[in-house]
Amino acid sequence: MKKLAKVYLALVMMFLYVPIFVLIVFSFNTTKSRSVMSGFTFDWYIKLFKNEIIMSSLMNTIIIAVLASIVSTILGTAAAVGIKNMKKVPKAIVLNITNFPIINPEIVTGVSLMLLFVFFAARMNFEFGFVTLLIAHITFDVPYVILNVMPKLNQMDPFVYEAAQDLGCNPLQAFFKVVLPEIMPGVVSGFLISFTFSLDDFIISYFTCGSSMQTLPVTIYSMTRRKVSPEINALSTIIFLTVVVILVIKNIVEIKSNAKEKGERR
Amino acid sequence: MSENIITLKDIVVEFDGERILDKINLEIKDKEFVTFLGPSGCGKTTTLRIIGGFLEPDSGDVMFDGQRINGVPPYKRNINTVFQRYALFPHLNVYDNIAFGLRIKKMPEKAISKRVAEMLKLVNLVGYEKRSITRLSGGQQQRVAIARALVNHPKVLLLDEPLGALDLKLRKEMQIELKRIQEQLEITFIYVTHDQEEALTMSDTVVVMNGGKIQQIGSPVDIYNEPTNAFVADFIGESNILRGLMIRDRLVEIAGNEFECVDSGFGENTPVDIVIRPEDITLVPPSESKLNGIVESVIFKGVHYEMLIEGYDFQWIVHSTKAAEKGASVGISFTPDDIHIMHRMKDDDVKEEIAENEE
Amino acid sequence: MKNKLPAAPYLVWMIVFILVPLIMVAYFAFTDKDAHFTLDYVSNVAQYTPIFVRSIWLALISTVICLFIAYPLAYILIGMNTNIQSTMLMIVMLPMWMNFLLRTYAWMALLGNNGLINALLGLVGLGPFKMLNTEGAVVLGMVYNYLPFMILPIYSVMVKIDKSVLEAAADLGCNPAKTMLKVVFPLSLPGVFSGITMVFVPAISTFIISRMLGGGGNLLIGDLIEMQFLGNSYNINLGAAISLVLMVIVLLIMTILNQFGADDDGVMVI
Repeated sequence: MKKLAKVYLALVMMFLYVPIFVLIVFSFNTTKSRSVMSGFTFDWYIKLFKNEIIMSSLMNTIIIAVLASIVSTILGTAAAVGIKNMKKVPKAIVLNITNFPIINPEIVTGVSLMLLFVFFAARMNFEFGFVTLLIAHITFDVPYVILNVMPKLNQMDPFVYEAAQDLGCNPLQAFFKVVLPEIMPGVVSGFLISFTFSLDDFIISYFTCGSSMQTLPVTIYSMTRRKVSPEINALSTIIFLTVVVILVIKNIVEIKSNAKEKGERR
Repeated sequence: MSENIITLKDIVVEFDGERILDKINLEIKDKEFVTFLGPSGCGKTTTLRIIGGFLEPDSGDVMFDGQRINGVPPYKRNINTVFQRYALFPHLNVYDNIAFGLRIKKMPEKAISKRVAEMLKLVNLVGYEKRSITRLSGGQQQRVAIARALVNHPKVLLLDEPLGALDLKLRKEMQIELKRIQEQLEITFIYVTHDQEEALTMSDTVVVMNGGKIQQIGSPVDIYNEPTNAFVADFIGESNILRGLMIRDRLVEIAGNEFECVDSGFGENTPVDIVIRPEDITLVPPSESKLNGIVESVIFKGVHYEMLIEGYDFQWIVHSTKAAEKGASVGISFTPDDIHIMHRMKDDDVKEEIAENEE
Repeated sequence: MKNKLPAAPYLVWMIVFILVPLIMVAYFAFTDKDAHFTLDYVSNVAQYTPIFVRSIWLALISTVICLFIAYPLAYILIGMNTNIQSTMLMIVMLPMWMNFLLRTYAWMALLGNNGLINALLGLVGLGPFKMLNTEGAVVLGMVYNYLPFMILPIYSVMVKIDKSVLEAAADLGCNPAKTMLKVVFPLSLPGVFSGITMVFVPAISTFIISRMLGGGGNLLIGDLIEMQFLGNSYNINLGAAISLVLMVIVLLIMTILNQFGADDDGVMVI
């Protein structure tokens, strides 16, 4: 039984990782062939870094992701605090609408925003680009912030906020000194999720970016539409390694903090 | 300056059309230990929240030191609160929790550390400064909560069932300690509890509440010995509450027999409620008493036996250090002093309330 | 904390950028180019029934395959000791962090006529087989991309099952297989249902996977919509009508699934 489990696990892992490793291996291939390794080279990496379209779209992606996740975190955290104080029925309505971008197929969210922009672009004379992209990203990010902050607010002892007021804090001070530190884990994870989703998003960006502004996933898409280009392999390798490094660091930090907590308890 | 630190005038609070507080009038003297006592839902915590500023009354005045403080937010009142489940700040350690209020007031750190040190000494937590709140026992958290409130030198300290989460032994210790702190600091304590023993042990004045109304205000001894109505009598300790008829001053009819008593001023032939405490009843041979009954049950309670005696359509509770035999026929005897006579409350809703509260 | 005011900016945002756009979809679906009311576009959607059927069918197959791969995997994972468990889970979820365009592109390279698989098969004298631009390739791409979405919810529900419940089942006479069938499976169902929605919804609405791995012959709803907005057959009214139908289908399926699904993942459906 144990053996069977191990074989099964190995097979699934192979299914998950073989395509990625093939991609990585061929990123060092001297020719464009996808099946024969002819020699080893870093040329594709050099080409990648010299590719202005890729580099500028990478910049765009990062700028959009940073701005969108910061705005969403502020907007969403404030929203969660306000929504928590709402009465039952309005609260349920707002939360259900908030969930729409999460449960709807992404393409529908993308299309709906594009239609909104089309409708007003014609009337208000503006163009698709940075602003529409940013709005779209904030729109699909905020629900995730709310979703992450809300449970922390619900877990919080409501009397802690009163206690802060009792000890001389005005409502704003009480929020920043007591409530915010309490819900911080939710705020941080909301921010991180927003940031990664913004970095990674293709579908909604594709419908809302217009022709002048491209994010990295949109650029990747147009590259895959064209002929075989090993630069994509090189890019995949870099992204994969970045992800591995980040996740390993995150895990080490978690293990360390867990160990520290255990130590303190003793 | 008036002698009363807190005055409540005709306080009314309604929630969803229901009256939570119904014309509360109360005067609390400076340096007094006052306890609001009553079953859950009686309005005691609501009253406390009004004094703390967490809730605004729908009508009525809240006076502090002779000034009306309606609408003054909690952070501008010279009153501090010890919350029911402490509401300590989990992200701060013991020292920072206690220093919180002083830091908000922008007091210099040096002065803060002096005041916090004093407080730690007062609540016996010296050496715990750097401890995380989550690593304290319930009793220690309780002490931090008290220190965090008292460090601000409030004129009034509000305590909302602060000992509710502690086990019995710790609760007894903390009762004594709280009383000591209150006497040492000479601050007005307003204490909320549903535990009658706690109220009687600690307070200078007990305010018994029920159904959003004050039932009785008085010293613990008065409340116990001279309850003004059947609710108070039943809530404070165990009692035998019977219906009776005041024939004239100093003569009352109980269960068809006339008894001498010490009360007067009820008028003639007035229906009244009568309270006789279980420990005031002596069991005698049937021939020696006007009231007889059969012993239904005998339960050993440690200090005394609790016996139920069935007689005259009434079940008497009797506490005695001597056990009677189950099934025996006994006489029920008490002195005129032991008969407490109270105005009959409106129709039968008293009995209902009592029944509800016993659930 | 009685103040609702902090929610105000978001409420405005929500109305303008979530609610109004959805109304826009309906508006464009029911009007023509001159903004006159018409049912033409919505009724025109019917002519694309084969595409809808194919999308639903392929999404369904992918979901079932994901379920069959993910369920035993989750069960194996929870059997491991806790330290290895979290590392293994991280390894399983790691590919998901790479952009799905790149993941799909990887399969393009593997499956092509000149790709690695055909080259390897050629070494033993087989093939070449046409693998790219088939329905099979689309299903493969969906399974590869969305498998983690099935594993995670099933795993998170299973890991919360109290071990003493399993011991109790054994105590009451269940052998391991019976425990699995009578206890673990019913308890893990909420995770299964969330997994099904999390795979089915993106699968039914994808246009990248079909475009990259299915070639031109395997159009799905997503491709159809994309073509109306950014493709050659520009017709946003028709596109809106198709989107509306897709949205209704998805919401219906999710409402049904949510009757059984887990509530604690925080995603609610009307």
